[in-house]
Amino acid sequence: MINQADKNEDLVIRLEDVHKIYQMGDQQVNALAGVSTTFSAGGFCAIMGPSGSGKSTMLNLLGCLDRATRGRYILEGTDVSTLDDDALSELRLRHLGFIFQSFNLIPQLTVQRNIELPLYYLGWDSESSAERAVELADKVGLAERLNHRPTELSGGQMQRVAIARALANDPRILLADEPTGNLDTATGEQILQLLAELNEQGKTIIMVTHEPDIAMLARTRLHMRDGLIETIEED
Amino acid sequence: MRRLKLVRNIGLGIENLLLHKLRTFLTMLGVVFGVGSVVAMLSVGEGASKEALEQIRKVGSNNIIISSIKSVQEVSQATIHSHMSIYGLTYEDQFRISETFGHVKQVVPVKLVRKDARLGERNLELRIVGTTPAWFELLRRPVVAGRVLRAEDARDLAGVVVLTDFGARKLLAAENTIGQAVRIGGNFYEIIGIVKSEGGMAGSIQMPDEEIDAYIPIEVAKERYGDIILRITAGSNERELVELHKMVIEVDHIDNVESTAKGIEAMLKRFHKKDDYRISVPLALLQQAKATKRTFNIVLGSIAAISLLVGGIGIMNIMLASVTERTREIGIRRAIGAKRRQIISQFLIETVVLSTVGGFVGIGLGLFIPWLITKFAGMPTVVTADSVFLSVGISISVGIVFGLYPAVRAANVDPIIALRHE
Repeated sequence: MINQADKNEDLVIRLEDVHKIYQMGDQQVNALAGVSTTFSAGGFCAIMGPSGSGKSTMLNLLGCLDRATRGRYILEGTDVSTLDDDALSELRLRHLGFIFQSFNLIPQLTVQRNIELPLYYLGWDSESSAERAVELADKVGLAERLNHRPTELSGGQMQRVAIARALANDPRILLADEPTGNLDTATGEQILQLLAELNEQGKTIIMVTHEPDIAMLARTRLHMRDGLIETIEED
Repeated sequence: MRRLKLVRNIGLGIENLLLHKLRTFLTMLGVVFGVGSVVAMLSVGEGASKEALEQIRKVGSNNIIISSIKSVQEVSQATIHSHMSIYGLTYEDQFRISETFGHVKQVVPVKLVRKDARLGERNLELRIVGTTPAWFELLRRPVVAGRVLRAEDARDLAGVVVLTDFGARKLLAAENTIGQAVRIGGNFYEIIGIVKSEGGMAGSIQMPDEEIDAYIPIEVAKERYGDIILRITAGSNERELVELHKMVIEVDHIDNVESTAKGIEAMLKRFHKKDDYRISVPLALLQQAKATKRTFNIVLGSIAAISLLVGGIGIMNIMLASVTERTREIGIRRAIGAKRRQIISQFLIETVVLSTVGGFVGIGLGLFIPWLITKFAGMPTVVTADSVFLSVGISISVGIVFGLYPAVRAANVDPIIALRHE
């Protein structure tokens, strides 16, 4: 079922009354208590809120790592809520890029191999993957570090590698979970600068953060509390 | 394209295993020893059975051998006073057997006499085997020189003898043998041929021929030595009347050996009052050898299976630890878009590579151990191609069986939790 709004190319994500309920022993936790919103293509949105407000759950859901207990999630015209595990993996592989607070690079792989990882699952051959990895490393300014292992890099460099990896499959949407949380202010700013550039180049960016300064960089700010969207600010 | 991808995945698996070289090596040892013992044990079993088969083939699997033995009461009587023992197989028995049983192709009678042989300076006690030319058909031995007995020799009552290679060497050293005369007992014989001898006991089977045999026509033996043998022992003169010491019976087909042997036994029982003969059926020994091999394989196979099981559990243990250790990596891969089955295949490839490489090293070990056994323990061993293929199959299966559970566990890791895993 595709409604009028989904045909609008400006909308990449649409949430309709999404609930996420966790069973914690006897208690039910309403991590998301009926969220309805849309994210438009090419947007830069910051999801904010105190811890426990449901912003991480929201990001996991948007990233197809988790499924809603109730409600509908439409990603680029596809109703994700009904898909099985393989189909969700496929969506992550083709449409999404992740950037994590703790970088999440695979330590035993070189920078190049880390960047190539999505391409490996996409079934690219090694030559084209290597070409792409070099191109992306150059884009994030790490062309000389291709054969280093993540442990030999600084935090900022690791996050650049992670960004290059997130870009490898050329996704329309980048999901960032506190991307500057483990970085000092100056480095963090560089990373944010890079994200802003990517946004200008057309990537839709959804970023979770609890720092208002950082959130100011986004054009839309979504405040959450108790599993609900409290306010949406737009510049 | 798909094959190329598999090659690449195996390459990645090897790379990952090489990150922990010592761990990989130690994990592999279980399979190495398991497979090594499978190959080694099968080779020992195979060697033993091949040796038995070889022996039985030399005795002739279509043959039935009947030997005269001195019955127990005869032995005790003989010691009391001078006495003539009459026992054993008779010419009558030979006739009855060859006439009664349709499946009997031929009966080879054997008379045995022990005599000293003398040739020039040299001296050797020989066992004179009076027999027919058919002996050499039933017990095929390579002819080293000259010829074996012929029908004419018996007809002419020719004083001819066929020696074994052992006897010829002892008596004649390097001289040209054929045509020479040798004195055996009080008679002279012309040496007409030399055959190889298997000689005495070989494993569990008594060969009908011995190294010190000298074959002469049975008619000549009858004429020159008669049926009565005088044996002078301390304190008594012992005389024995034995018509035939042995009979080698050839049965037309291997399937009829057992029934014919039973028939002969029943017949001999009827005509012999004393238990003065023994029937031996090499085919029965063959079946016994097969049964022994089976037991051997079951026992050794179980031990090998246990060591493989232990090796497999070792692999599973390490892979489970590895899955836990790499939970975060699994989470990252899943977040990026790896499907469950891709995670499964990643881990499964690692275990299969591990167990297969272990298997190949194990085969090397399994080739080396039998070599040592043969070299130092003198036991025959045979490594068959089958056992090698079996081992490769087993080691791959061990990898799959014991790798599957850890791999499935890895694939079922919740990516959200895995990403938070430290």
